[in-house]
Amino acid sequence: MDWDWNFVWQIFPTLLEGVRITILATILGSIVAAIVGLLIALARRSENRVLARTVGFVAEFIRGTPLLVQLYFIFYVLPDIGILLPPLVAGVIGLGLHYGTYAAEVYRGGIDNVPRGQWEAAKACNLTARQTWIHVILPQAIPPMIPALANYFVAMFKETPLLSAITVLELMNQAKSVANTYYRYVEPMTLVGAFFLVISLFSVVLLRWLERRYGRVER
Amino acid sequence: MTDTFGYLNLILQGAVVTVELTLMGSVLALVVAFAAGLGRLSRFFAVRALATTYIEFFRGTSIFVQLFWVYFVLPLAGIQLTPMQAGVLGLGLNVGAYAAEVVRGAVQSIGKEQYEACTALNLGRWQSMRHVILPQALLVMLPTFGNNAIELLKATSVVSLISLADMTFQAQVVRSQTGDTMFPFATILILYFIMASAITWAIRGLERRMARGLDGVRT
Repeated sequence: MDWDWNFVWQIFPTLLEGVRITILATILGSIVAAIVGLLIALARRSENRVLARTVGFVAEFIRGTPLLVQLYFIFYVLPDIGILLPPLVAGVIGLGLHYGTYAAEVYRGGIDNVPRGQWEAAKACNLTARQTWIHVILPQAIPPMIPALANYFVAMFKETPLLSAITVLELMNQAKSVANTYYRYVEPMTLVGAFFLVISLFSVVLLRWLERRYGRVER
Repeated sequence: MTDTFGYLNLILQGAVVTVELTLMGSVLALVVAFAAGLGRLSRFFAVRALATTYIEFFRGTSIFVQLFWVYFVLPLAGIQLTPMQAGVLGLGLNVGAYAAEVVRGAVQSIGKEQYEACTALNLGRWQSMRHVILPQALLVMLPTFGNNAIELLKATSVVSLISLADMTFQAQVVRSQTGDTMFPFATILILYFIMASAITWAIRGLERRMARGLDGVRT
C-alpha cells in the first residue's frame, strides 16, 4: 500500500467536480427538508384527525426505512408511473423527504416550547390562525431550533455519498470511477474520507457557535 | 404466481442477512460504545485522547465511505475481509461511535450526590461504576440506544453496495430479473419498517422491565 502524490494531483480536479455536486445536493436537500419538515409539523397539529394521523404514520414510516431504499424507490419506481426524474432531482427529493421527517420533530419541539400565553394573547388580539402562526408563533419558535436543524443538515451532508447509487456524479461516484479507471483505490477513497472528516470537524465549530448564538441543541 | 413466490423467497433470504448484520453489528457497537464512552471519562489523558479520536473520526465520515474504505483499502494493507466481516466491522464501529456519546452523556447525567455517596461508602472507582452509577445510567441510555439500533438497521442497506446479499441487494436482483420495480422495493420498505417497529417495541419492553422498582428513585 503506497501513497502516490502525483496520482493525487492528477485526480484532484475530477474530485473537485464531485465536491461541487455534493455541496449543491446538500444545499438543495436542506431547503427541501426545511420546508417538508415544517409542513409535516403543521399537518400533525392539524384539527383534522385523519390528516394528522396519516401524515404522522407516513413520517414514522420514512424514518424507519433506509434512505438508500427510498432513493431506489424514487429513482426506479416513479418512472414506471410516468414520472421521469433526473438523478440529481431524485436524490434531492429523497434527501429532503428523509431529513424532512427528522426536521419535523425539531419543529414540533420548538413549537411546543412557545408558552401557552402567546397563543392566548394572539387569540385575545383577534388574530386569525394564519396571522398567529406567521407573526407570533413561528418567529419565536424558529431561532431556538436552528442549531438542531443545522445538526441534521450536517448529517445529511455526510449521507450524500448514497446518491452515487442512483448515478448522481457527486464526490463518491467520481472517486469510484477514478478508482476503477486507474485501478487504484487507496488515494481516491482516502481523499473522500479526509474531505468529509475535515468538513465535519469544521461543522462542529460552526454548530458550537450556533448553539451559543441561538441556544442549546436538544438531546 | 409461483414466480412471485420464488422472488419473495429471495427477498426473505436477504432479510435473514439483514437481521444477522443488525444483531452482530449491534453487539459490536454496544461493546465499542462502552469502551469508548467510559474511555472518554478516564483519568488518563492517553485513553481520553484515543477514545475522542475514535469517536470524532467515525462520526465525521459516513458509514458508506467507511465501508468502502474497509472493503477496498484494507485488503491492500494485507487485511482481507469477507463482505460480511467488513459490514459488521463498519456498522459496529460507526454506530458504536454515536452510542459512545450516549454512554458518556448518561454517565455524566447521574447526580453528584451519587458519587459522593460512593466515596462515603468507601467504594473503589470500579465498584461505584459497576454497582451504583451504571445501573442508573443504563436506564437513561436505553431509549437512545433504541434509536441507534434503528439507525444501524437502516445503515445495513448500504452493505448491498459492497456486494453483500442483504435485503436491498436481493431487491435489486429481483428488479433486474423481472423489470418490476414496485413489488421488490415496496416489499422491502415494508419489511424494514416492520423490523424497525420490532426494535422500538423491544426497547420499550426492556425499559419497562428495568424501570420496575425504581419508581420515586429518579425524578
